Amino acid sequence: MSFFGFGQSAEVDIVLNDAETRKKAEHKTEDGKKDKYFLFYDGETVSGKVNVTLKNPGKRLEHYGIKIEFIGQIELYYDRGNHHEFVSLVKDLARPGELSHSQSFDFEFTHVEKPYETYTGQNVKLRYFLRATISRRLNDVSKEMDIVVHTLSTYPELNSSIKMEVGIEDCLHIEFEYNKSKYHLKDVIVGKIYFLLVRIKIKHMEIDIIKRETTGTGPSVYHENDTIAKYEIMDGAPVRGESIPIRLFLAGYEMTPTMRDINKKFSVRYYLNLVLIDEEERRYFKQQEITLWRKGDIVRRSMSQQATIASQRFEGSDRSSSEKVPEPKEEKEDSS
Amino acid sequence: MADAIADTRRLFAKPQNLNDAYGPPSNFLEIDVSNPETIGVGRTRYTTYEIRLKTNLPIFRLKESRVRRRYSDFEWLRGELERESKVVVPPLPGKALFRQLPFRGDDGIFDDSFIEERRHGLEQFLNKVAGHPLAQNERCLHMFLQDESVDKTYTPSKIRNA
Repeated sequence: MSFFGFGQSAEVDIVLNDAETRKKAEHKTEDGKKDKYFLFYDGETVSGKVNVTLKNPGKRLEHYGIKIEFIGQIELYYDRGNHHEFVSLVKDLARPGELSHSQSFDFEFTHVEKPYETYTGQNVKLRYFLRATISRRLNDVSKEMDIVVHTLSTYPELNSSIKMEVGIEDCLHIEFEYNKSKYHLKDVIVGKIYFLLVRIKIKHMEIDIIKRETTGTGPSVYHENDTIAKYEIMDGAPVRGESIPIRLFLAGYEMTPTMRDINKKFSVRYYLNLVLIDEEERRYFKQQEITLWRKGDIVRRSMSQQATIASQRFEGSDRSSSEKVPEPKEEKEDSS
Repeated sequence: MADAIADTRRLFAKPQNLNDAYGPPSNFLEIDVSNPETIGVGRTRYTTYEIRLKTNLPIFRLKESRVRRRYSDFEWLRGELERESKVVVPPLPGKALFRQLPFRGDDGIFDDSFIEERRHGLEQFLNKVAGHPLAQNERCLHMFLQDESVDKTYTPSKIRNA
């Protein structure tokens, strides 16, 4: 808020050091728009410059301090006033004083912990952002820059299949099987439905992917269910002994990794819902939870966190994720 | 460095028995409501409908049955099912009180087109209900479909398959 022509005012701008090389990721905002933000991973350093531009070049800018913060917070939509900050780092850039000309301040948040993935949902939002603030007597001047954080995992050691026999006594018995219980976001669900007994007239069968966002604790828990996908796997009436295959490619759907009890504030879980519909539109269904995880894009990401941090120490803030031609830095060879 | 192509091969499935594949399906259930007949004279007239059932479901005692029922029997069945089972019972065709008032130009509730409309509605109702796995557990449904007459003083109970 500045009063035009009334004293000095300034504009604040945040620029990352690796803005040219850092990858951007698309993220849907609360109002449904898709925007691109710089992508960071856990442990990466966040560094750059805060540019303060004075609007009236002649006059001085009095201030009570200039700082930059790195914040990770959870915001529950029904309780907008309370932001739960789980990461909060501050760097003071300038002590209270005067600025006589536009200036740039370097900052570096080294190896910042970013334990959770950026998430914008129906009732809750988790975001990370940089906020540069010039404190003044009447009103502060600040600028926020959102970033997106992805949490990566590797192939789990234990990934048993899901296999179960379910049904209605003497009416419908099926055995369903999904090849894994943990799938990455670009994975394929391979499975089958085997009919042991069919005494109802089935019209078709489908698999739905349901996302359940849970917010609140104790008595005020709220589940928001959203059907992400409906995929028909069978059209027509099956008989005993028939086996219907399932092949569902997850890459086509917008999903996040499974998030369990994030900072004790919310969870995002995914379920496969097998639905059979009979000729009278009656629905028979069986829901099963699956775990979704995010796989790193390149081989290097799957190295231990220590190795990636070590390599960062030598190559500075360069975090390009494209396939690289070896650069003329000897240290890089050692760490890879 | 490129991702290995995902393994999308089908899971192993037992080959199907030829008899299971080509034999008669085990979900055969056919119910017809037909042959409306108006019985009695004057004010005490009423219409009955023939209900014919053919099935191979083991839950039905008789694989073929033929009974006659009137509209009030259907109303009784619907009431019993609503009370005894957790099924959301579909509606019956209308009661047509309006048609029972005197001084009408047509035959009221014994009008051919009305009887046909009602017959069709009753057939739809029975097909929806008799195919419901939970309704099939009710004694009242089996008594309605296969017993000689409906005993409204029966004790409601659930059927356990033999």
